[in-house]
Amino acid sequence: MKLTVWTYEGPPHVGAMRVATAMRGLHYVLHAPQGDTYADLLFTMIERRDHRPPVSYTTFEGRDLGADTAGIFRDTCRAAYDRFLPQAMIVGASCTAELIQDDPGGLAETMGLPIPVIPLELPSYQRKENFGTDETFFQIVKALAKPMPRSAEVSVNLLGPLALGFRHRDDIEEIKHLLAQMGIAVNVVAPFGATPEDIARLGAAHANILMYPEHAEAAARHLERVCGQPYTKTVPIGVGATHDFVNELAQICGIEPKIDTARLRQPWWSKSVDSTYLTGKRVFLFGDATHVQAAARIARDEMGFEVVGLGCYNREFARPIRALAKEFGLEALISDDYLAVEQAIEEAAPEMILGTQMERHIGKRLGIPCAVISAPVHVQDFPARYSPQMGWEGANVIFDTWIHPLVMGLEEHLLTMFREDFEFHDDAGASHHGGKAVAPSAPAPEVQERGLETGSDVMVWLACAEKELKKIPFFVRGKAKRNTEKFAAERGVTEISVDTLYEAKAHYAR
Amino acid sequence: MNTPAPIRAQSCANAPVLKERGQREVFCGLTGIIWLHRKMQDAFFLVVGSRTCAHLLQSAAGVMIFAEPRFGTAILEETDLAGMADANEELDREVARLLARRPDIKQLFLVGSCPSEVIKLDLARAAERLTVQHAPHVRVLNYSGSGIETTFTQGEDACLAAMVPVLRNSTARELVLVGALPDVVEDQAISLLRAMGIGPIRVLPSARAENAPEIGEHTVFACFQPFLGETTAALERRGAQRIRAPFPFGEEGTTLWLRAIADEFGVDDATFARVTDAPRARARKAIENASTALHGKSVFFMPDSQLEIPLARFLTRECGMEAIEIGAPYIHRDLVGPDLDMIPEGPQISEGQDVDLQLDRVRAARPDLTVCGLGLANPLEAEGLSTKWAIELVFTPVHFYEQAGDLAGLFSRPLRRRAILEQGAAR
Repeated sequence: MKLTVWTYEGPPHVGAMRVATAMRGLHYVLHAPQGDTYADLLFTMIERRDHRPPVSYTTFEGRDLGADTAGIFRDTCRAAYDRFLPQAMIVGASCTAELIQDDPGGLAETMGLPIPVIPLELPSYQRKENFGTDETFFQIVKALAKPMPRSAEVSVNLLGPLALGFRHRDDIEEIKHLLAQMGIAVNVVAPFGATPEDIARLGAAHANILMYPEHAEAAARHLERVCGQPYTKTVPIGVGATHDFVNELAQICGIEPKIDTARLRQPWWSKSVDSTYLTGKRVFLFGDATHVQAAARIARDEMGFEVVGLGCYNREFARPIRALAKEFGLEALISDDYLAVEQAIEEAAPEMILGTQMERHIGKRLGIPCAVISAPVHVQDFPARYSPQMGWEGANVIFDTWIHPLVMGLEEHLLTMFREDFEFHDDAGASHHGGKAVAPSAPAPEVQERGLETGSDVMVWLACAEKELKKIPFFVRGKAKRNTEKFAAERGVTEISVDTLYEAKAHYAR
Repeated sequence: MNTPAPIRAQSCANAPVLKERGQREVFCGLTGIIWLHRKMQDAFFLVVGSRTCAHLLQSAAGVMIFAEPRFGTAILEETDLAGMADANEELDREVARLLARRPDIKQLFLVGSCPSEVIKLDLARAAERLTVQHAPHVRVLNYSGSGIETTFTQGEDACLAAMVPVLRNSTARELVLVGALPDVVEDQAISLLRAMGIGPIRVLPSARAENAPEIGEHTVFACFQPFLGETTAALERRGAQRIRAPFPFGEEGTTLWLRAIADEFGVDDATFARVTDAPRARARKAIENASTALHGKSVFFMPDSQLEIPLARFLTRECGMEAIEIGAPYIHRDLVGPDLDMIPEGPQISEGQDVDLQLDRVRAARPDLTVCGLGLANPLEAEGLSTKWAIELVFTPVHFYEQAGDLAGLFSRPLRRRAILEQGAAR
């Protein structure tokens, strides 16, 4: 038993719904009690979908439990087939139905429906949403995709985009642009917009583009094994990664890479003098592994930030994220405990968080700006405008998105000069934001109590040093405090004075 | 009283009820935690359930409430189910940890879920055990918010019903108002009744455990909400007497609700008029302003919160709408009877749901406004049908005189918006 307040991932059957809702001509019959239909609103409200998810719930009640819940499942299956006439069906159980062990897969199989019925085993008490997406898509592909002759022209499948994904809709368009430049055709995009008949055509492609490993890695591996299709390992988020992706794909397809960066503005935007103030900004990265991995490279190599913490909530990808953290000289935070993430961010005291909607709230509480880079998402992560993360336009979008929460270059200097101004003070936040970031209340006593512990020594900030620290503008104060404590700890200093503060400043000056 | 007595033969009182079962597009009772935990400021709601329960609570309101929630989910894991861990020991440990972290908590609700009920985890015994362990500082109660037992607002009913047996005894003749309403509305109700000389007045649930009402044979109570059937039964078992009235939505409903209480306490007509005349006139005016867009329009209620019947009464009698179907998840005749009596005959009354069949009826009738859950609203809008999200009716102050205009406004806004956009497009 584990106490949870907020969750990064829903249960695995919600993952299955994300696959089903992304597709057309597929229906999901879900053995579930009343109330599990709440998940429909994720799609209709957050993503503003104009259709109900293609899911029929059996809606069993307490009084059915001693009676015939299996019968209710069969009736629901039959009614769903008759009403929606899907090309294929997936069937499974939510957490409660898993306990009553009716075996939806077995029941559906005996009904003799004239379409493929794909049973899903999604262990609700062990696994989570991303397992549900990956496993569901894999089962659908396994059941429907068979080896077949390759298309005459060089073509690829785009694997992984689905419902409620972070900018999946626009990433597909951006990848299509890249492919068009290279003269590569798109065979099938799946699950997003695909029908079961399209899934059956996957084998015609020469290779697969694995856009989101979280949702389609099992399917990509399966297709490699069964249909002999290689798949791309690079996720093209960021300038460097997009270059690598194009080269990798060209190599896989046996063609020359063609790169047209006419629309790419990010490198110049980053080089231009206005961006100087971005240098060494301390950022904390948290989200799903794929987006964190991409963001880490962009942050360090393309924005000139300093990554001071990183991690992911999906344990399935713990290994690559730990390796990545090591490369950055950090220890990865692999956790789906919101409070643990909040604590890690508080301790790292970054100048910006690149995270999920959950970190956005952490940022609000701690007074740290935050940009969203990954699911879980909220309604504002589905903008009306074109806003991809992948490819050249994605790199442009990311530049804009990441710098928006920050205090802008010259404003930083003005804040430093006039830090006691009644309108232009710490709590007011960046001037181009309507809302005001709320700085943590009463940070002063915290400074003294929560010094860095090194062995038996406890570090103490002297009152004058603490006062001096408060004169440093809020957006760099965390860095100053941390550098000073690190500097003091390395020298065995237990009392931090104004001198210590400025010695540390000189030491870390760049 | 100048409200005409309802004529039963021409009302919905005896109308046949269409009962359906099938897929229900409704929330489970856990959802009530979203407003109960804000109302009861020293209570914590611990759902014993699955990741789905936690995900529901996070998603239900359509937003995440990050203001230090006083609820959480103890997520059952494989080890709890396989019997490898003693679920009761695990629960005791999590509760001890929670209470240590939150010393401000005085009432802890263990909330049963679908999985905890299917595995027959005895939360009543757990609550007794934990009450002993954490006495006298914290009282631990339990109720079920599971989808296999409760629909949406029934969660609040189950919660309040669980509180009734432990309320202290009273021999005083006191008025208890039942239901978790926003403070602003609750205060208005109390001040109107006080102005008539009625008191003392207590409320269940109270904001803090120490102010909980006392109950006895001389207690009389009135419900704010139509879904409090179990709570009503529990209070009646304690000897308390219920005041029967339509629910306080709109000018008419509020007046009748107040009048029934006033009659019970022997308030004379002059006093009643002195207290209510001005707010009644204000309410009428506000409704008139806000309901112009509703006159002559048809409305279809999908089942959601059990507020459907009283709201249909308000819309048909005070806003000039015509009801096509009034669907409710459950119909407590004893509670909503007075409202049902006042609705002119015509609409189909339905209980329960088979959502696909009901949507067929919506599409056939093409109502001007469909009141439905969040899962259905955008799909229906995309079909050209205007909708009102039902959940807003539970989350927004809509009871009593001063909110009557706002209530009409909640229904008219979607129609006004559609008209504005259509006019704009035609320009």
